[in-house]
Order: sequence, then structure tokens, then C-alpha cells
Amino acid sequence: MTELSRDVIVINELGLHARSAAKIAEIARKANYNVWIIKDKKKADASSILDILTLECAKGSKITLKIDDQSDLDILNNTVKQFETGFGELS
Amino acid sequence: MTDTGSREIILTGINVSPGICIGKAYLVDIEGVDVVKKYFISEDDVQDEIKRFKSAVNKAKQQMLTIITNAPEELRDHTYILETHKTLLKDKMLYGRTIETIKNEKVNAEWALKKVVSDVKSMFKNMSDSYLKERATDIVYVSDRIMRNLVGAESEKIADIDKRVILVANDLSPAEASQINLERIKGFVTDRGGKTSHTSIIARTLEIPAVMGLGNATNIIKNDNLIIIDGTVGTVIIHPTEETLLEYGVRSAKYEELKAAITRDSYLQAETADGFQLKVMGNIELPEEVVSVIDYGGDGIGLYRTEFQYLSSPILPKEYELFDKYKDVVEVIAPKPVTIRTLDINGDKAFSNNPDYMEANPALGLRAIRYCLKNPDVFRTQLRAILRAAAFGNVRILIPMISSYEEVLETKRILDEVADALDKEGTLFNRNVELGIMIEVPSAVIIADILAGEVDFFSLGTNDLIQYSLAIDRGNRNVAHLYHSLHPAIIRMIKQLADVARNKGIKLFMCGEMASDPINLPILLGLGIDELSMNPQSIPAVKSMIRALKVEDARAFMKDVFKQNTASGVEELIRETYGSILFEKVYARRKAFGDRAQKNYYRKQKGQT
Repeated sequence: MTELSRDVIVINELGLHARSAAKIAEIARKANYNVWIIKDKKKADASSILDILTLECAKGSKITLKIDDQSDLDILNNTVKQFETGFGELS
Repeated sequence: MTDTGSREIILTGINVSPGICIGKAYLVDIEGVDVVKKYFISEDDVQDEIKRFKSAVNKAKQQMLTIITNAPEELRDHTYILETHKTLLKDKMLYGRTIETIKNEKVNAEWALKKVVSDVKSMFKNMSDSYLKERATDIVYVSDRIMRNLVGAESEKIADIDKRVILVANDLSPAEASQINLERIKGFVTDRGGKTSHTSIIARTLEIPAVMGLGNATNIIKNDNLIIIDGTVGTVIIHPTEETLLEYGVRSAKYEELKAAITRDSYLQAETADGFQLKVMGNIELPEEVVSVIDYGGDGIGLYRTEFQYLSSPILPKEYELFDKYKDVVEVIAPKPVTIRTLDINGDKAFSNNPDYMEANPALGLRAIRYCLKNPDVFRTQLRAILRAAAFGNVRILIPMISSYEEVLETKRILDEVADALDKEGTLFNRNVELGIMIEVPSAVIIADILAGEVDFFSLGTNDLIQYSLAIDRGNRNVAHLYHSLHPAIIRMIKQLADVARNKGIKLFMCGEMASDPINLPILLGLGIDELSMNPQSIPAVKSMIRALKVEDARAFMKDVFKQNTASGVEELIRETYGSILFEKVYARRKAFGDRAQKNYYRKQKGQT
């Protein structure tokens, strides 16, 4: 069975701030089912910028991305990619 | 900018809320600012209301798209923010929740949005990260846009205030003041109003500098004039010179520094040097003030005055309206306690529409519990709302103006009746609330041993107790100077209460002004008060003073206090014994600042003439 969750580390300087959270939310809103961001057992709905911000993810935070359904695998991969490239903010 | 040639003008008014701000004036016309109306909608209209909200959001989205596409190349960086705002428009926590609120509470879209936004905003404001704290502004920006589309063209005014301004108005009604877009207001200036007006309470709550009672500020100040407000001394300076601007810039920074220093450790418990913890709570009047109790590190609400809802409307408030407000307060501060004082209204106010009803002596008239027992329906409605709100947190009930044993029994009987009724109806409520009485009438002190058997706590209302005991009306200039909280009679009364409370195993609180002045603390500590409640702004200074004291010393100190024959003798003794601590902890910083400001102000005035 394909894994439905992936661990990533926030690498961009500013952490998960409004702009990066907006990018995640834009992607997550295209999903068929819920997409989650989990940090220290706190869970946020990835389609909500505000919910993401409440996790207070600074640079270096370890977080888990999770989808509820396999059909959203592309969404998960795409989101992971955003994290890995630092949301295109790295110089 | 056109008025650089104008002469500097200084106006003097009442200093209702401390602090300094410099900014552009924004004159509010009679309609007031951004007032959001609340009304209920019928089940049938819910879908239409949601549709109205959705179309306002869609319109906002279109507007933002237009702005983004029209943005010039050099502002590319800026459009990222707008993109974020565009995404925020449909955020579940904003969009989804507003729709849910319309559906569940059957309220109009504007009100639902306002409610949701204020929740989200306070969530962000409580975050430790300063970047995230600032995000509250984004939420306001986005919700404003939706709000403008909802209310239509009328609200063009809001669009005008997109810089931080100083509000200049003839007067602001409590409703207007409580709904002002605070992120955008630096300060208030009004022609009318004074220290106890609701607007000034709000200004203090929100820590916005304000000067009121200026008389004709609205005639002198023009829109966009550069003005300085010094809420600490009560001056407003119009067309300040470069020199004045510079001076106030420095002064404002100093003020912020001072405030930060006192507030910094206010979140910690107030524990004396020998390890005794004293709870320091906040007094509030408007539900909004609960936020400032939390901000100033209060351990709960020691006095929630409930008159406002009764006085702000010509008809009596409904149970659900009362419940709504109480629940708001209770939920926000839970699990810390909220002490709700039942209606302390006097007949005059209650019947303001009836000119035939005038009491010659309202302070000795039909007020507070006397009024409630005479109007049991009014009382029942309030008690129902309180018991229902109690299901959402930690609530205590406080009965004002008790002067006899029968009043307590009658109150308890009605309370039981109300609880039984709620139980039968199957309504959610909590009967398990502590019941206390205000001790503010001398007879209550004298029969405290009798009353103690019927209640869970006493709360000392020092303002009234002193007024009734010393027979002094503080509003009367001829005798006001005789009003003294350190009068030996008052100290003996408190001792008697403390002894009774200890023997009967009930708690003794204090919620009058006496609790908020650090100079009284050695005595309050020495007598054994369990909890103090005061205006939220006083909490940090009181906590800081408590930490410098020892209970053991304070108890021993009481022996000397009881040897004093006069109020001034007692005060002298406190200054002799605790002067260094008091001075260092509280007065030194406060006073040094005040004096300097005062001196500068006089210097300025002289230069003017």
C-alpha cells in the first residue's frame, strides 16, 4: 500500500509564514479529501492558511503531511516538493 | 501637509487613557464609524443570507484580482501579499465558520463575520511569535473588504481609514466605540465624555491613548491635521512644531518602555517573598474588557458588572442576550473564575423613561438586590442566563448591597427555583456555582457572622462601604477630602470580616478601588484577604508589589496599624515602614514620568502665551 503520509522539514528562512501557507492551501484545496499538516501532535487543515499558521512552524520544524485518500497522492507529492524547495524562496 | 505654516495649538481635556500617540486626525461624522448591526434572521432566510455572504466574498475576490493584474511591475513584491489575501478570503476558518455561524446562530452575515473575525484575531494575538501576531492585520484587511461589500456603498468611510489615524469625534456611543476598527485607531479625542464614560473604559482596555471632554475639538481640528495626543496628562497638540514632534517621539518611546517593564512579569503568579500566593483578578464592565484582564495577567474576573446591557437599551435585555455576553466572557477566560455580580441598578436608572419616578436619595433607595427582589422576573431572567453560562466555565454569583439575612435567604430561594425550572426544561446549565455577597453596607459587616453561614464568599466593595460608613458622598466637593480608605474604622471593619471569614471557613475577596492601590497592600495582606480584584491596568503594579512583601511581616505590622488613631497616621506608618519598597516598585517610575510630562506641558503653555 502506498504511504499516505510524509515527513518534511521546514527549510525556508521565515518558517511557514503567510505566503508559504497560502501556497500549501492553494494546493490542498484541489484535493478530493482532507490534507493535514501535523506538528507535535497538533493537526491543521492544510487548506486553511489560518489553521496552518496556528501551528507556528519556524525554520527547522519537523512536520508530517498526511492525506486521507490515495487519490490525493499527487497533492501530497506536490506539497512535499514545495517544502523541499523552500517554497521557491531560497536564493 | 498644507498646514505646516499653522501655529501650534494646545488643547487641554480629561486624561482618560494614558499613552502618547502622534498621527493624522480623522473626524467622525454623526453616523459614527463601522458600526455593525446585529439582527436575527428566520430559518427561511438562512440560505439567502449565506448567498449574500458568498457573493460579497466573490466580489472581494474579483476586486483583488483586478488590483493584482493592474499592479505596476515595481510592486510585484506587494502582490504576493494580495495573493495571500485572496486565498484567505475562502479560508475555512473565516469563510466556513462565518457560514456556520449564520446557519447555527441565525444572525445576519455582517455580525457572523465580525464574530468569527474577532475570534480568529484574538487567537493570533495570543501567539508568541511576533510575525504571527501581526497576521491579525491580514485577517482584518480581508474581512474589511468582505464587510464593505456586504454593507454596500454606505461604508465608503471605512475605505478612507486605511492609514492609522487618531479619531476625533463629538462623542462616541459605547456601541460605536466598541466596534471601531482598532487596528487602525491610534487614539481618541472627543468633545464630550469623561473618565467613567464607556468610551474611556474601552480606550483604557485597548490601551489606546485618549483625551476627552475637550469641548470643541471637532471645530478646531480638521481632517488630516497632524496631532499629538498625550493621554497621560490630557493634552492634544494641533500643528505641532518640529521640536515638539521630536520631543513627543522620545517621550512616547519612554512610555512604552516603562509599560513593558511593568507588564513583563505580570503573567506570573503573585507570590509574596515568604511564599504566600494572592490571587489578583480584574474588574470588568464590558465583555470586551476580558481581553485586557488576560493581557495584564489577571487570575480571573473578580467583578463582572452587568448593568451595561440594562442601561444601553430602553427595554430590558432578553435572557439569550445576557447569556450570550456572559458565555463569551466565561469561555474566554476559563478555567479561571468569573464573578458575575447581579444587577446593581437603581430605580432611577431602571425607570429613566418615567420622570415621575425619582428618588431623593438613590444611594439609600431601591437599588441592587432590593430592586431585584422587588422585580423577581427581572432577577430570574438574569439568574437563568448566569446559570446557563456557568456550564461553559467557572462562574461565581455575587449579590450586591446585601444588608440583611432575609435578603440572602430570599435570593437563595429564587436561585433554587430558577435552577429547578432549568432542570425541568432540560436546558444546559450548571447549578454548582459559588454564591457570594458584596459587603458594602455597614450592617452586613456587623452581622457578617450570621451571613457567613449562608454563602461561599464575601466580596468587599470598598467604595460603597466607605461611603456608607463614613457618611461621605465622594461627588460632593465639600466632603470628598474626608473619604479615606485607610480610616481606622474601615481597617477595623475589614479585620472583623477577615476574622469571621476565617472562623467560618469562607473566603474574603476585595473588589473596590482600595484593592488597586499598592499602598494598601501591606494592610490587606496582613489582615488576610484571599483575593483582590481591580481595574485590569492596575494588576501588574499590584502583583509586583506583592512579590516584594512578606505575609509574616505584614501580620506583625498590623499591631502598629491598630495603634494609629487617624487615617493619616496609618498612611504615614505605611510610608515609614514600606516606603522604600513602594517607591521603588511602583511610584518612582510612575511619578518620575508623570512629573516630567507635566513640566513639559506647562513649559509649552508658557511658550504659547
